[in-house]
Amino acid sequence: MVSQTANAGDLANKTSMKILVIEDDREAADYLEKAFAEAGHNAHLARDGEAGYTLARNGDYDVLVVDRMLPQRDGLSVIAGLRAHGDDTPVLILSALGEVDDRVTGLRAGGDDYLTKPYAFSELLARVEVLNRRSAGKDVETVYRAGDLELDRLSHTVKRAGKEITLQPREFRLLEYLMRHAGQVVTRTMLLENVWDYHFDPQTNVIDVHVSRLRSKIEKGFDAPVLHTIRGAGYMLRAG
Amino acid sequence: MAALRAIMKTTAARLSALYLILFAICAILLVFYMTSLSVHMLEAQTRDTINEDVQRLAAGYERGGLPLLVRVIEQRSRQPGANLYLIADPNGRILSGNVESLDPGVLSTNGWTERPFSYVRYGEGVGERPNRPTTGRVAEHRAIAVVLRLPNQLILLVGRDLGEPERFRLVVRRSLMFALGTMGLGALLIWFFVGRRALKRIDNISAASRRIMGGDLSGRLPVVGAGDEFDRLAENLNMMLGRIAELNEGLKQVSDNIAHDLKTPLTRLRNRAEAALAGKHSTAEYREAIESSITESDQLIRTFNAILMISRLEAGYSAESTVPIDLDTILHDVVELYEPVAEEMGVGLEAGVDGKHTITGNRELVGQALSNIVDNAIKYSAGSSEKAAVTVKAESVDGEVRLTVTDNGPGIPEDDHARATERFVRLEQSRSRPGSGLGLSLAKAVMKFHGGRLDLSSVEPGLRVSMAFPASKKAN
Repeated sequence: MVSQTANAGDLANKTSMKILVIEDDREAADYLEKAFAEAGHNAHLARDGEAGYTLARNGDYDVLVVDRMLPQRDGLSVIAGLRAHGDDTPVLILSALGEVDDRVTGLRAGGDDYLTKPYAFSELLARVEVLNRRSAGKDVETVYRAGDLELDRLSHTVKRAGKEITLQPREFRLLEYLMRHAGQVVTRTMLLENVWDYHFDPQTNVIDVHVSRLRSKIEKGFDAPVLHTIRGAGYMLRAG
Repeated sequence: MAALRAIMKTTAARLSALYLILFAICAILLVFYMTSLSVHMLEAQTRDTINEDVQRLAAGYERGGLPLLVRVIEQRSRQPGANLYLIADPNGRILSGNVESLDPGVLSTNGWTERPFSYVRYGEGVGERPNRPTTGRVAEHRAIAVVLRLPNQLILLVGRDLGEPERFRLVVRRSLMFALGTMGLGALLIWFFVGRRALKRIDNISAASRRIMGGDLSGRLPVVGAGDEFDRLAENLNMMLGRIAELNEGLKQVSDNIAHDLKTPLTRLRNRAEAALAGKHSTAEYREAIESSITESDQLIRTFNAILMISRLEAGYSAESTVPIDLDTILHDVVELYEPVAEEMGVGLEAGVDGKHTITGNRELVGQALSNIVDNAIKYSAGSSEKAAVTVKAESVDGEVRLTVTDNGPGIPEDDHARATERFVRLEQSRSRPGSGLGLSLAKAVMKFHGGRLDLSSVEPGLRVSMAFPASKKAN
């Protein structure tokens, strides 16, 4: 059996993204620019809300990363302004605030995802890549495929190489999420958020155990691994 | 004078002044009412007396005619007393009686005089000369009378002096005024002393609060023990100060603990980076070092987030983030989430529900708190016995909704129960296990946020952790 642990770069079929980072902290912004570049993306920077808004209105960005507290114009107001003009570019909100209902406020203002500082870059990268609108459109597909693995969202069936695999409802949702984002890194917190709908950080490796259960079901008796562990980041489903 | 001005500024003094004015108005009304009432009564009595007199005179007249009447009147006029008698001819000239002169027009009335009139008593007029016109310098009296026409056109007036009722009225008025004055003075005195006492206590409280603001944070406001509103206020303020001190202490503890618990992994992180930098290593070794650094930083971020979250939760309640939530769903979510881990660690995980349990709260927070507790229960009961088991239950007891997590692990000694929920406290038996030591403190903060409690109790063997929520009013 091939090692199931890998690095994101080894596996991902990268599509380069054009990202706008609106962040007033120079060091953090420079770091993000560099880190996104290393991950194969093209990041532009804006240091205040007004400049960010202008750039976002004119540039054709795939994802916006917006800090909440910005000089000149508050991050939420930037997002609301864009949404008011029918701009639906995916937005990830970065916030140093950690109040209980901050997430709700942020998402209500038009954000698509929310990350509290301090965060791990791997988490930010994974979330930004998943937000990429070019990878959107999978919501309408009724059957997800990855290699010989096939998931039918309507009949709730999973087949590998034509052989039906029985999954628990939660395992099905887990696989569904992984397959929707096949070829992309998904982190443990992303799984907890999207499959269980909780936004906290579980202390123990609960998600890992769920994933390894799922893995044993979809890989046992087959040659090629499809569900890969990405070191320091999370998981990726990818055939071959 | 300054003291008086200060007292005038107090609410108590202002209220007393208001009451005093109201009281004075009432008292004055009372005085007028009382005097006029008594005057009326006396007047009625006077009229009765006059009526009796007239009847007696009428009886005499019937018996002996006019001469007898005149004789009787003359005789009575000589007697001292308050009664007035007068006989005049049709032109109003006084023929007999004890009245020397009287207001003009009185004699032309028939029956009762409409209002009291002035007259001069016989013998009190100036120089006793009946023909001399009255000048007003004589002693005038006031009286009421009944005027009758005798069959021979003579006018008979029978009346009674009003001196007595008027004196009475003066006496009543004077005594009431005196009583009123005394009461007013008494009120002023009481007000002065009570006001000064209240002022003194307020000054004491102000002084104490200034001391506390000055840095003596352990200082408290004086409570006299009278159980009055000042004591209640001071007690409440003291409770508030206690709460502030508690928060302050918590903050201090957090910074101490951050210093300790974050410094250790930070140092470790730094050492690892340093070691990787020093000397030659293979790529795999570098990678290993970097990966372990990332793992270490992730743990740091996690700890940091937990600390932040606890402080935010402890800082206060935001009603906007709470809605009616179903505890049973959360319970099943968490049990389902942990079931594979529990199985892997050889711990049986069971869910028990005795109905539908709805509370007002935040699903995320309750889910996180419960998962922390379940996490602990699984971790500590694993390997403790052949049949390690954790039971999670939702039940309604005594007007509360409780989520209880019971394990059959080694438990925590009773004495350590309180300490177990303190931040960063990791009891002896847990030192060697992974975790930030924040799980139970976070759960405790979540319970506080929901207005509930986190209770720890011992079961044989094991530990029961209970999240007690106040039952929500029927949420629709």
